[in-house]
Amino acid sequence: MLQILSALASGFLQTLLLVALTFVIGLPLGVLVAIMRVSPVGVLRGVGTVYVNVFRNIPLPVLMFFSVLVLPQLGVDTSFFVLALASLVVYWGAFFCETVRSGINSVDLGQVEAARSVGLSSGQTLIRIVLPQALRSTVPPLIGIVIQIVRASAVAGAFGVTELYASMNGVIQHNADKVILILFLTGVFYLVITIPSGLLLGRIEKKAVFAR
Amino acid sequence: MSTLLHDAPGPRAKRTSLLLNIIAALAAAAGIIWILIKLASKGQLGAAHWAIIGDPTVIALLINGLGATLLVAVCAMALSLILGVILAAGRLSRRVWLRVPARVAVELLRGLPVLMLIFFIYLALPLIGIVISSFWALVLGVSLYNGALIAEIFRSGVNALPHGQSEAAESLGLRSSQIMRYILLPQAVRSMLPALISQLVVIVKESSLGFIVGYAEFARDGNAVVNYLGTLYALPVYTEIAVVYIVINILLSQIATRVEKRSRQRYGRAAQQVLDTE
Repeated sequence: MLQILSALASGFLQTLLLVALTFVIGLPLGVLVAIMRVSPVGVLRGVGTVYVNVFRNIPLPVLMFFSVLVLPQLGVDTSFFVLALASLVVYWGAFFCETVRSGINSVDLGQVEAARSVGLSSGQTLIRIVLPQALRSTVPPLIGIVIQIVRASAVAGAFGVTELYASMNGVIQHNADKVILILFLTGVFYLVITIPSGLLLGRIEKKAVFAR
Repeated sequence: MSTLLHDAPGPRAKRTSLLLNIIAALAAAAGIIWILIKLASKGQLGAAHWAIIGDPTVIALLINGLGATLLVAVCAMALSLILGVILAAGRLSRRVWLRVPARVAVELLRGLPVLMLIFFIYLALPLIGIVISSFWALVLGVSLYNGALIAEIFRSGVNALPHGQSEAAESLGLRSSQIMRYILLPQAVRSMLPALISQLVVIVKESSLGFIVGYAEFARDGNAVVNYLGTLYALPVYTEIAVVYIVINILLSQIATRVEKRSRQRYGRAAQQVLDTE
């Protein structure tokens, strides 16, 4: 029992690490692509649009096949963890981008006009006026995305990363008589992250703390 | 485009914009050329190498897999709609003993990885004597999660209706189940349609998890091809698969956008932004 728990706990830590890194790398990527998508420069807009439409529509497992099987052939020599992380980042980066972009679009037009009329350039307007407000209104959907990342990170377990799902599989193979118990415990580990985040999300949305 | 951030460009802004366009285009071109050189140096660009995606056997296998994926998607869509309606009815019910279990079920199903749900069905049901095929394990796993999401879409669609609707119905003497059936649901479905169609994209993508329970869907068949031919062919085969997924999902998103636009024109009010986390 203790053995099972400690194996699952170490998988849980890997899952947390994977999710945290995906968020920390993916969010700036998403913001960057969102800036590209609202820029007046056509080529940047095009690149951003293509990026989002490509990566949002490929299933995560297919992306993982790419990074785990194709990248090593092209001379990328790194661990499964980094490869899986790379596909999680580019996949969720597209969702981060769309969230931030809809945040940008929700900022009141008067804010932009006021900023422009006091002489800020369009870049300054974006970075000093629009983005801070946009990011604030994206807090609830971002929490939603984090919950999704936690759930999706299980896919990495099928590609050689020993996160929670893979640990569960390993443990089940050695304790075939306790399948239900192990599934139950693993479920609890996932729910420990996802349910409190969901409740937090509900509270924030209800209070509209972040509404302007 | 986003005219919101920028005024009409003057001569200077136009020049800057042109310059940035050229720089960005050069950078993008440089990136693409670098990738192509890298690929060519590993022998990944040969015509013979890419001819594999036109190979009749490969295509036959992939079409088979695509059919299996679409079958999963259709079954899962139907099941998750039914489940979603049931769960939403529970969550909207006035009776506590219906509302609380529905809430718990939604939170549990939304919080667990689909992979775990599939695995759970595949492993745990046989223990109580129900033997289940990998197809149904996949369909049920995907449906459970999407059913919970669809329940939330339904719920927020119904909640977004003006209070006057149910109050008027109440004052006419309709029972609460009648109000739901005749007054609220028909109006809510209209505003939820785009969100429901977008949910199809999620379902199509999630059906690719079938490779984990060994169900021969699109992604897994691609994997079988690669296993058979060797990982040297991973790039062309997976590219083909990715392109097909992208085309299907963009088509679905287009349909969703079109439906949304049409219902907005027809019913005046913006189709409510029903929660759409995915």
